[in-house]
Amino acid sequence: MSQAVAYMARIREKYTQLGYPAYHWVVNTDPPPWQPLRNPLAECRLGLIASGGIYVAGQVAFHYKDDVSYRIIPKDVKTADLRATHFAYDLTDARQDPNVVFPIDTLRQLEHEGVIGALADHAYTFMGGIYSARRVREELAPQLTNCLLAEKVEVLLLVPV
Amino acid sequence: MTSALDITQAVNPPRAAFLDYPLGHTTGKPCEPALQRDILLQALAAFNSLTTPGCVKRLPFRWSEDDAWKETAQRGPDDRRPRYDTPQYQNEEDRRLAMANESTCRSCTHADRSPVMERTPITATPQSPLR
Repeated sequence: MSQAVAYMARIREKYTQLGYPAYHWVVNTDPPPWQPLRNPLAECRLGLIASGGIYVAGQVAFHYKDDVSYRIIPKDVKTADLRATHFAYDLTDARQDPNVVFPIDTLRQLEHEGVIGALADHAYTFMGGIYSARRVREELAPQLTNCLLAEKVEVLLLVPV
Repeated sequence: MTSALDITQAVNPPRAAFLDYPLGHTTGKPCEPALQRDILLQALAAFNSLTTPGCVKRLPFRWSEDDAWKETAQRGPDDRRPRYDTPQYQNEEDRRLAMANESTCRSCTHADRSPVMERTPITATPQSPLR
């Protein structure tokens, strides 16, 4: 397998070329929190949070300027009603098949097969590219945490772009 | 899951599964449900197999034989869209539907419209709309 793309170095280079100040990446040096699985996956309620800018037709779309809002997506949403919007990645494939950044059909299938105990009643989406890590930490993340706790989610799949 | 290994390692989550695909394909290729299932199965297996905090499981999938996409990723002209502060719909029909719904939609949650927080006006910066 060839080497992974060095995105931080390339984006630093791009910003320098554009005359922008350096981007401040989130760097966490403390050991991450740790919680082993309490139950087998086949008995767990799994939640899904994705940052690829997915919304459902009828909902307000995301905007491109530090949008810290989120959308609540019912687990039985029609895949054809899912939309994608984002300023920073090529949306062609996500609009053709949202499962490339929001694996809802795949997770429904794995729930049906019994690989996961249950898929939580709602998935949560937002649009990444939020330049304020503080607003994510203080506004968006606590709200999403409360949503997950209310739905008694036991394991969470995070799908960034 | 992640397609940006270095960014995820900097964030240092408890567990991660790395899929070495171009950005915008964190969980697979479009319209390939069998592949998407296989990718997700291997990613979910990391909940059991990873026992050290901060470990990243590398998933054994490759976008293309030659990895040519890696040469151009995040290089060349800036292809990001301007950072408008109004909703950016996939199509006009979505805009019409959302506007008809806006007063009743309970599934769009805007922290910055919450009554307990004063909403600060967001002003566009015409000098650098992409930032």
